[in-house]
Amino acid sequence: MSTFLTLLRRDCAQLLLGGRRGGALLPVLFFLAVAMLYPFAVGPDAPLLAKTGGGVIWVAALLAAILPLDRLIEPDLELGLFDQWALRGISEELVVTVRVLAHWLSFGPPLMLAALPASALVGIDGEQLRLIELGLLAGTPGLAALGVLVAAITAGLRGGAALSGLLVIPLAVPLLVFGAGSLSAGGEAGLALTGAVSLALLAITPFAAGSAIRSGRG
Amino acid sequence: MQAGGLTATELFCRRGDRFLFGALSLRAAPGAALHLVGPNGTGKTSLLRLLAGLLRPTPPSGAIVWQGTCGYLDGRPALDEHLPLGEALAFWTKLDHAAAVPLERLGLARLNDIPVRFLSTGQRKRAGLARLIGQGADHWLLDEPLNGLDSDGAGLVESLIAKKRAAGGVVLVASHQPLALPGAQILDLRDFPPSPSGKGRGWGLDAGMDPPPQPLATGKGLG
Repeated sequence: MSTFLTLLRRDCAQLLLGGRRGGALLPVLFFLAVAMLYPFAVGPDAPLLAKTGGGVIWVAALLAAILPLDRLIEPDLELGLFDQWALRGISEELVVTVRVLAHWLSFGPPLMLAALPASALVGIDGEQLRLIELGLLAGTPGLAALGVLVAAITAGLRGGAALSGLLVIPLAVPLLVFGAGSLSAGGEAGLALTGAVSLALLAITPFAAGSAIRSGRG
Repeated sequence: MQAGGLTATELFCRRGDRFLFGALSLRAAPGAALHLVGPNGTGKTSLLRLLAGLLRPTPPSGAIVWQGTCGYLDGRPALDEHLPLGEALAFWTKLDHAAAVPLERLGLARLNDIPVRFLSTGQRKRAGLARLIGQGADHWLLDEPLNGLDSDGAGLVESLIAKKRAAGGVVLVASHQPLALPGAQILDLRDFPPSPSGKGRGWGLDAGMDPPPQPLATGKGLG
């Protein structure tokens, strides 16, 4: 348990407070920038903005989740931290689980907060906003798990950062479909399905990412 | 099998398409030291990583049995680059439930507040040694421990190794630099060529555990 907390404290310091490049602020600013640009591009058509704004917020959230991928696994692998953990009998699965949690903390709640001003920018009303927040709550843990998984698979590859972005996008489509789908009429089922996809990703990630890191050792 | 040491039987190693060495058996008693030599690319690092459990031996390898925990030091200090040295080391001492490492002995006392990324090559090596000492492992695997160190640092490594051996630890060192390891066995990986068939099986397989192709360390030191 103390191992878990020690690892979590380090990961949070790295990812949340920006020990390396930007921290939690960068994805949030990127997210807000997309939400701000969209009305400029579409024009001042309030009903159209309100109708499509929810989907844009979801796409922005997905793209914002891609930004920190290259610093999730690769730096620790390069510095030899994973080797040292393995020597101490700390499994890759545990490290990855902690990392998913820290990664989610660093972009899930901040995105949910940033969704408030973003919704105002595209003119979304209260009921839609509630659905967006619930959807992000259900969907961002899955995005976090997917991000760590893909980061583990592409760690050590040349051009891994660009590749991981490309890998995340198709795999995140179910989250996007159900999450953004929950905004249309009768969308409660969409929320449940978003949560289900998230849970599946959370369950797979520690084992898949753990074995990816192990086999990357050669 | 001897208590407190290392026994490895019939190790084969393949990296990619290349067989590096084959049918390598090792036995090291407590307090023994083993100096791995050989030209670049003969598999010194691979052997150390195999023994550390970081690489899987190529079949049909035998078992690697350590009595006790082992620490591993290579060119990477495994410390967070942006953190001050003291904090970066504190992460490992907390993980190892160890006492803080006395940095004065390693010549790092004045560097406590300096971020790791500003350290020189030799200072990084010393920082890696600090992490290794803090781990408190029973045995050490050192990959080129003298790289980047000045003569003071080399002496420091030698005294640390001597201390570890006196405490009954097995120390394996891969180094191109001359290193004073009293009573150490020299292991040249060129003496363990991979099998000519390229399948990794056959060469020296019937040699079994005893005698190993070269008489290896037995019962040197205290322990």
